[in-house]
Amino acid sequence: MNVSYLELLKLAAPETIVVLTALAALVVDLTSTRDLEARFRFIINGMIACAGCVAAIVWMLVMPAHANALEGMFVVDPLTQVVKIALLGLTLFTVLISMDSTFTEHIGEYLALILLAAVGMMFLVSAEDILMIFISLELTSLSLYILAAFNKRDVNSAEAALKYFLFGGMAAAFTLFGLSLLYGLSGATNLGQIAAALEDKGLDPLLIVAMVMIVLGFGFKVAAVPFHLWAPDAYQGAPTPSAAFIASGSKVASFFIFAKVMMIGFTGGETNGVHEIAGSAAWQQFVSGWTPVVAVVAVLSMLLGNLVAIVQSSVKRLIAYSAIAHAGYMLIGVMAHSGEAVASLVYYAVTYGLTTIGAFGVVAVVEARSKDDQLASFAGLSRRAPVVSLCMMIFMLSLAGIPPLAGFFGKFYVFAAALKTGAPNLGLLWLVILAIAMSAVSFYYYLQVLKQIYVADMPAGAEELRVPVLGQVVLGLIAVGVILLGCAPNLLVGVLQASIKAAGL
Amino acid sequence: MLAWTVYISFLGVLGLMLLPKGNASAARKVAMLSAVAGLLVAVAGFIQFKAGEILTVAKLPWVPSLGIEYHLAADGVSLTLVLLTGLAAVGGILFSWNIEHRAKEFFAFYLALIGGVYGVFLSFDLFLLFVFYEIAIVPKYFIIAIWGSTRKEYGAMKLALYSFVGSAMVLIGLIAAYVVSGAQTMNVLELAKHPFPHSFQVWAFPLVFVGFAILAGMWPFHTWAPTGHVAAPTAASMLLAGVVMKLGAYGCLRVAMTLFPEGLEAWKTWIAVLAVIGIVYGAMVALVQKDFKFVIGYSSVSHMGFVLLGLVTLNTIGLSGAVLQMFSHGIIAGLLFAVVGRMVYERTHTRELSVLEGMNLVKAMPFAAVTFVIAGAASMGLPGFSGFVAELQVLIGAWKAFPTLAVITGVGILIGVAYTLRAIQQAFFGEAKERGAPVPHDDEETKHAEQEIRAPITIPERIGAVLLIGTSLVIGLYPRILLDVIFPSFNSPLFDGLRRVGLQ
Repeated sequence: MNVSYLELLKLAAPETIVVLTALAALVVDLTSTRDLEARFRFIINGMIACAGCVAAIVWMLVMPAHANALEGMFVVDPLTQVVKIALLGLTLFTVLISMDSTFTEHIGEYLALILLAAVGMMFLVSAEDILMIFISLELTSLSLYILAAFNKRDVNSAEAALKYFLFGGMAAAFTLFGLSLLYGLSGATNLGQIAAALEDKGLDPLLIVAMVMIVLGFGFKVAAVPFHLWAPDAYQGAPTPSAAFIASGSKVASFFIFAKVMMIGFTGGETNGVHEIAGSAAWQQFVSGWTPVVAVVAVLSMLLGNLVAIVQSSVKRLIAYSAIAHAGYMLIGVMAHSGEAVASLVYYAVTYGLTTIGAFGVVAVVEARSKDDQLASFAGLSRRAPVVSLCMMIFMLSLAGIPPLAGFFGKFYVFAAALKTGAPNLGLLWLVILAIAMSAVSFYYYLQVLKQIYVADMPAGAEELRVPVLGQVVLGLIAVGVILLGCAPNLLVGVLQASIKAAGL
Repeated sequence: MLAWTVYISFLGVLGLMLLPKGNASAARKVAMLSAVAGLLVAVAGFIQFKAGEILTVAKLPWVPSLGIEYHLAADGVSLTLVLLTGLAAVGGILFSWNIEHRAKEFFAFYLALIGGVYGVFLSFDLFLLFVFYEIAIVPKYFIIAIWGSTRKEYGAMKLALYSFVGSAMVLIGLIAAYVVSGAQTMNVLELAKHPFPHSFQVWAFPLVFVGFAILAGMWPFHTWAPTGHVAAPTAASMLLAGVVMKLGAYGCLRVAMTLFPEGLEAWKTWIAVLAVIGIVYGAMVALVQKDFKFVIGYSSVSHMGFVLLGLVTLNTIGLSGAVLQMFSHGIIAGLLFAVVGRMVYERTHTRELSVLEGMNLVKAMPFAAVTFVIAGAASMGLPGFSGFVAELQVLIGAWKAFPTLAVITGVGILIGVAYTLRAIQQAFFGEAKERGAPVPHDDEETKHAEQEIRAPITIPERIGAVLLIGTSLVIGLYPRILLDVIFPSFNSPLFDGLRRVGLQ
């Protein structure tokens, strides 16, 4: 096999840029900014990190590429480019909302880890080979474990990271087990070749084991029930910006690769309009395969996430349980496994990630002043920090799926795509009904947060919150993004559909 | 041009957000300006409108790949309701002229609500309609929870959840209809032409109809209405009863009935029965309320029953009666809530009828008493007011379609007279305590309270009362102003499906 390394370097240039930026942030912090005040260190190194992200984004916009290097080890097509740009955007915002933090002195290391996690996600998005998928998953996960533990002064942070790490380790073992079974069955590591090898095998018992293991592994990454137990603790204990990154970037990348593995690797031959290995989760027409498995996970996630979120008093935990619920909605998109479903899934995941970063940003602002993230600490916030409160209102309403915000269009699009899959009989209608009913439940707890902010009285003696201008601008930008993507969804949907066509999914 | 009703309202919201903190008087003026401008646009649109046409206001691609359009249009039905929204918006601001607490935010939420309502009435793309419908839900919660009274947080949350559950049902139906039609369009004119399979219509119709009807106060899903109305500040009660409940009824007509005519045929008797239960039950419960505002709250449930009954009669007289009743009830309920919430409650600080009975309010606030008597007469359906024309048409329609139910409805009307007269008597003409010692304590507090009760009715309140009474009278005496616009709109192709199942 002839490999042109120059060609490969060109294809992987965005990743290379981000790695170099991570190193640059480390070196600059080590050599020249170490003696400065923490705030300035964060700003200088944060700007370096942002510049790296922007450079990588610009590279991808200017040099569109479409290639499949090393038989699926590294695939670059318009769709992966879009997802990578979105991931870098989320990384950028994560860096920006961290600028005001005080939880660490190891600023260079912190930023470098965020960027390395981003690199892992980017490779993950480009992988169509199970080896590469596993390696990138691990690169992302290991960086995120350390990011969760980054507040060394807080024992909760250590606990969060340990929980995340132990669960993650288990899940990685399961994934690896599933992948090796898959390799044993098909004799290939490339997703396309695996699919070809499985085409006429039907639903082998060994394949079922492999499939369940893989769903389990990805289920952990996207925090779906019953693999969700780490999420509330990790979100609550981890430093807020780390939690934001775990909840946004990692989720987008994991969902994308989850859908890709399932769609490319596990379709199998078609009988009576049903893919043999995919099966069918249509109401009263269940056919065994991976979709019914995912359907069970989705139903449990939507039910447990939404119902448990109702009783939370910590806002971060509330967002964590709502994240579990959102994973449930997104799994419906995975189940639909059509080109349009992938477009809707990416739209949903990206807008969800953006909104969640914003919500965590607001939590970070409040946390910095009142030392905790209890609902009560948000009381009367609208009179103490009107701009931040307005942003939080937009984020919460978007998560609840209120139009004209991005969250609503995401839901609409995913549900419409899911229904179209079983078009004449509306096979997945039961899941859509459950999802919409559950989002009515979610409206209640999101309103609880807004009730504290807008309705509750200020605690006695509370003063106006001084929020740094930069923080306000960043949150404002995210809010504008959420509104814009909701009011003009075509900005993203148009690009996604065109690139899915080009990628041939 | 009609699109500006929506834009002006949201521009008003933006303008209010930019105002400096704590300047209540400027906030009022901006809000008033925006509401009046909206009303003027609505009136101008109404005058220019040619009866029978479907006027396209704006039609731009929005999400082309999904066939979603930014499509605003108006027919006679929507135009009538746009006009109502304009009137109710101006009226509501006149009756909340005294709001000082966080006035800027109050009016911003208020105008956002109004903008959403205008949008719903003008949307001919179902996706867009749903967007505006939801925009109207959120501000209601905050207006009630922040500025309300009597268990405000409970009332606000209940209302928000009921609305959201309703809209969730509607959303399921809309997405399903969108996918089943396979036409890649959300345009109601296109979807109305699509013959949905009968088995689909039979479940989709009740889902969407009830989803909307929750907001229209249909029994047994009405319980949000009385608690919500009572908890809400005056302007919000006026809007809730005046226009928000109409959103629900409008959705039933525009979406559920035009899309799924066969479903309507299958379910119409059930809905008519629920509507009549609502009429009679609402009236009976209103008869025994101790809280003045609850009387009006339940009367709204009763009157909205007429709208739903009119809709399912499936003849043009019943349908136009229903639309006219929406308009009429919007004006009259607004007026009743204004008297109870603003004129009486904010001066006496009580709404207990037994307490009010001892205050002899007809002497203390003659203007309020007169207004309430007129509004009460209009609400009872006295000839000369809009309510009479509307309810008569609904009854005639119902008589043709469901004679037995029409008779029962008659009983409901009688009870309506009873509870209105009882409320008038107890609230304004009570004399129970006059026989006792006139002024038991002569301390500062009683004097202050006395002074407050005698505080004159302010100019904005007077203008608002005259505006609403005038409208009801004009429509009552010359209903053709609206009927000439409403009637021909039932001939449009939008109602072809309903004609197939027997719309006469």
